[in-house]
Amino acid sequence: MIGARPVSSTSEIETLIEMMARLPGLGPRSARRAVLHLIRKRALLLAPLADQMARVAASARECLNCGNVGTAEICPICADEARANGEICVVEDVADLWAMERSGQFKGRYHVLGGTLSALDSVGPEDLSIPRLMDRVESEGVTEVILALNATVDGQTTAHYIADQLEGRVRLSSLAQGVPIGGELDYLDDGTITAALRARKAL
Amino acid sequence: MGLAGRAARADGERMEWRDQGFVLNMRRHGESAAILEVFTPSRGRHAGVVPGGASRKFAATLQPGAQVDLHWRARLEDHLGSFRVEPLRSRAAQAMGDRLSLSGLNAVCALLSFCLPEREAHEALYRRSETLLDLLGDADLWPLAYMRWELALLEEMGFGLDLTACAVTGSNDHLAYISPRTGRAVTSMGAGEWVDRLLPLPQVLLGRGDAPDTEVLEALRVLGHFLGNHMAPALAHKPLPEARERFVAAFARRVAQEGVR
Repeated sequence: MIGARPVSSTSEIETLIEMMARLPGLGPRSARRAVLHLIRKRALLLAPLADQMARVAASARECLNCGNVGTAEICPICADEARANGEICVVEDVADLWAMERSGQFKGRYHVLGGTLSALDSVGPEDLSIPRLMDRVESEGVTEVILALNATVDGQTTAHYIADQLEGRVRLSSLAQGVPIGGELDYLDDGTITAALRARKAL
Repeated sequence: MGLAGRAARADGERMEWRDQGFVLNMRRHGESAAILEVFTPSRGRHAGVVPGGASRKFAATLQPGAQVDLHWRARLEDHLGSFRVEPLRSRAAQAMGDRLSLSGLNAVCALLSFCLPEREAHEALYRRSETLLDLLGDADLWPLAYMRWELALLEEMGFGLDLTACAVTGSNDHLAYISPRTGRAVTSMGAGEWVDRLLPLPQVLLGRGDAPDTEVLEALRVLGHFLGNHMAPALAHKPLPEARERFVAAFARRVAQEGVR
């Protein structure tokens, strides 16, 4: 019957679709497509995926030092002595840490704040891992803190707050703002152009 | 569509408007939409959904302080409705590099969001706020302009200070104090034995003198008393937004650094 509820034998599949539809980037339609694909390739894809998800669910945790996610108490970056070069890069969340790692340029350690200060959402310094950052600056012999926070009002407000707390204790820097690689001026917003012009460099 | 819906649509003008305004704040709504709160001259503080507002495309447009062109639509007047937004001018970039400007921008947006009733026009305050935001980045003028804006905000919200003459003697010479309870000025002579209970009245609040930063800072502390102890309790006892305190702290820091130099 068209439009009828699925029969009970498919209820587990419906539940799976509903759960998949809660994932970012997926809606009911795309979740249904993904589940159908998994079922068709259940030996090759569904079973290994389920196993892997169960393993990650059992072992995933936040690094006690920096807040990165991993499967050990201390993440591989913090455990790597070669990365103890005195530099800490402060990021808003783990996705930003991964983005920095993709670039392969930064060789120090990270600190994940877990958000930004926000008056609207009542997020204060105590709700972020700022006190932990202060401890790390003392205990890890940090010489430079790089504030790699988003170029938003909340992100930069947080950066200035941290800078105030650390002023005089370590070297502070932040990421440059301006024209992205491949960017065309005609398509940039005036704020980005203003920032780029202010940060212009001699050739 | 029900009759009520049809009647509402027939009354077109009230379900759709177009105006300019500036962004007070934005919060994510679902995966891709955002709820935007703006301040407009003719509609006051107004919220609406921006479809796709949480996307990267809108990230620069919907920063606090940004001047935007707004087209609001809703089926019924009391619905949240949706905005179509076009950027006119960004202000965040001007403020981001300087902590005083950034904290000032946050304070203005947070205070407006905190104290303005929804959908009630405050055109004079809007004009003052717009002028103030346009001064962002002018580090010398900004604190004084902000102080005058707070004075106007108190006035607009019905908690204006009466600094025209002494509440005790009626004289307008040598006004030196302000009553923390009534917001009225008092002369040195009129203060008498109550002097310990009165707040100092910086001359910059009277529009007199060269408005040094130390006086502006003192004036901000006086205004903070009236914002926090008179206006905020009237708004369901909500505490003042922290953003205002952060701005005053940032300004105090600058004043202290200048004093050291």
